[in-house]
Amino acid sequence: MEHQHKEHSLLAEEFNANEPRVNWHDETLWWVRQKRDKMAWTIPEWEDLREAASRIKHNVLGNLHDYLLEFEKNAQANGAVVHWAADAAEHNKIVLQLLQEQGVKRMVKSKSMLTEECHLNPYLAEHGIEVIDTDLGERIVQLAKEPPSHIVLPCIHKKKEEIGELFHEHLGTPAGNADPKFLTAAARQHLRAEFIQSRVAITGVNFAVAETGEMVVCTNEGNADMGAHLADVHIACMGIEKIIPQRKHLGVFLRLLARSATGQPITTYSSHFRAPKKGQQLHIVLVDNGRSRQLGREDFRNSLKCIRCGACMNTCPVYRRSGGHSYHNAIAGPIGAILAPNLDMKEYADLPFASTLCGSCSNVCPVKIDIHQQLYKWRQVITREGYTKKTKAAGMHAMNIVLSKPGLYKTAGGIGRWVMRTFPAVVNNGLNPWFRQREMPEPPKESFADWYKKNRKQ
Amino acid sequence: MSRESILAAIKKNQPEQQALPDLNAFRRTGPGDPAAFRKVIETLGGQVFEISSYAEIQPLIAEHQPDAQKIISLQESYLPGAMTEWETGDGGRQYEHVDLAIIPGQFGVAENGAIWITDVEIKERVLPFITQHLAIVVSSQDIVPTMHDAYAERIAQPGGGFGVFIAGPSKTADIEQSLVLGAHGAKSLTVFLYSPKA
Repeated sequence: MEHQHKEHSLLAEEFNANEPRVNWHDETLWWVRQKRDKMAWTIPEWEDLREAASRIKHNVLGNLHDYLLEFEKNAQANGAVVHWAADAAEHNKIVLQLLQEQGVKRMVKSKSMLTEECHLNPYLAEHGIEVIDTDLGERIVQLAKEPPSHIVLPCIHKKKEEIGELFHEHLGTPAGNADPKFLTAAARQHLRAEFIQSRVAITGVNFAVAETGEMVVCTNEGNADMGAHLADVHIACMGIEKIIPQRKHLGVFLRLLARSATGQPITTYSSHFRAPKKGQQLHIVLVDNGRSRQLGREDFRNSLKCIRCGACMNTCPVYRRSGGHSYHNAIAGPIGAILAPNLDMKEYADLPFASTLCGSCSNVCPVKIDIHQQLYKWRQVITREGYTKKTKAAGMHAMNIVLSKPGLYKTAGGIGRWVMRTFPAVVNNGLNPWFRQREMPEPPKESFADWYKKNRKQ
Repeated sequence: MSRESILAAIKKNQPEQQALPDLNAFRRTGPGDPAAFRKVIETLGGQVFEISSYAEIQPLIAEHQPDAQKIISLQESYLPGAMTEWETGDGGRQYEHVDLAIIPGQFGVAENGAIWITDVEIKERVLPFITQHLAIVVSSQDIVPTMHDAYAERIAQPGGGFGVFIAGPSKTADIEQSLVLGAHGAKSLTVFLYSPKA
């Protein structure tokens, strides 16, 4: 089968070539997970909040049609122009046209996973427009010509020495300086110049309120506000699932978002954009790109509740040890693995298998998405559709035959134990994928069934 | 035009409607605790001064922000003699050169240290972000316990084209998770918690 990318397991293997780096990545993300726990435990009603958030989002899924119309009507009354895009290509075309109308060649963008999903930056670059990502982590990966590896912590895979080198090359900081405070100050200076020169700003959207037609954008750095308030034209790009019914529901989501993401009580800035400022244009691009299809998949529609906090990544034992790039998708980790197959089942057939199904992701999710159950269900859909690798399918087929026939199971077990005892090299070699990262266990002398028969009477 | 086809697909695929949950159980009765509010802002890297008269602001700024030359005070009473607006400029870009802006906050939230500000008071939206340092004056009478109380009591309806909760100074931890204050927005936040003497 032809794929555009290497599979998760191969990319994870490459990431694991540097063991100290992997350990550091693992520990750093676990530390963020622990900060999340500490914050959650200070709120006695935390579990009720998660339940409320999940139910609000469920209500949204069932009324999305009407809420979108209500949002559109109110946003237009506020003075915004609303655009609709069926897919990534249409989204990119709308944005390009707006930029061409303004005649801009270089402009700022704050963090938006949607524009990553649509590959907006390379599309605009092809048309001669340079996008400056202004979230510090995103700017760092942009300078390194890499995609973000985490939706909240885009350059969590990078060491400060590497960032120092990038800044030396691109921003002219002194060689060898890797002090985070110094580098942040240099980026502030560099990006402030970009904010000042930019006449158009693109932002993402965290929540869009149907009742008021306003959009809420959350940042710690202040980059969305620096861009949007200085620009003559503000373009806000959002997936259609970002809608919430009423303003008061923001209370629930703003309490959950930053606590789940990084263990902060709230982000530094929670900006409510309702009407454009005097003389400014505000454009809102509503993007479907597969979301309406996912809405129709009963087993998977809950994935549209996601508020993009990244808690499922920070807790995931596979993500922490394989890195965000191993998911070869704009959104990595457990949530990415249940969203991506909806976009392209063949291309992302490997992702639902990149999990131990331990369930930790579902336990920390602030909107209670049943992530690990969806991973399990995607495996079945992908196998049924014939997108699994031939070796995996053959193995599963053999297992199915052996496990469904008790007599055969007994004989096969006896042979297996004898082989492992007599010729251990048959299983302890590089051809057996289970041997690659682990020692094979000492085979027991007898099966449990035999042991039970002998010991039952005593 | 994709609008109709998107809406049709959604209508066809959306699940049965479910009722919205009641949020009243999350409300607290009574006012928010100014001491808790203060404590959170300090953990976020902000500074809080309790004042009983605006006259205390000037000496506190002289002591703690000795380098601030260009100061804007949106209310003259906060800092008599300070500018109330900067020279007219290019859509807010002129405020890049402001060292310190002192602005009013409508109310604060005790659970997370956030302070609500709208373009009704600040006029130029970019001001609290682009100024090098930010100070907010908020009354200790205007503290609500939680975000639910904020939306239910204070901002059930939008009062302006733009509103923002600000909690602490601008910050980032994108380089190896080392917390650095002063990313793109204000490098520091000072909160004057005002309680007039009875």
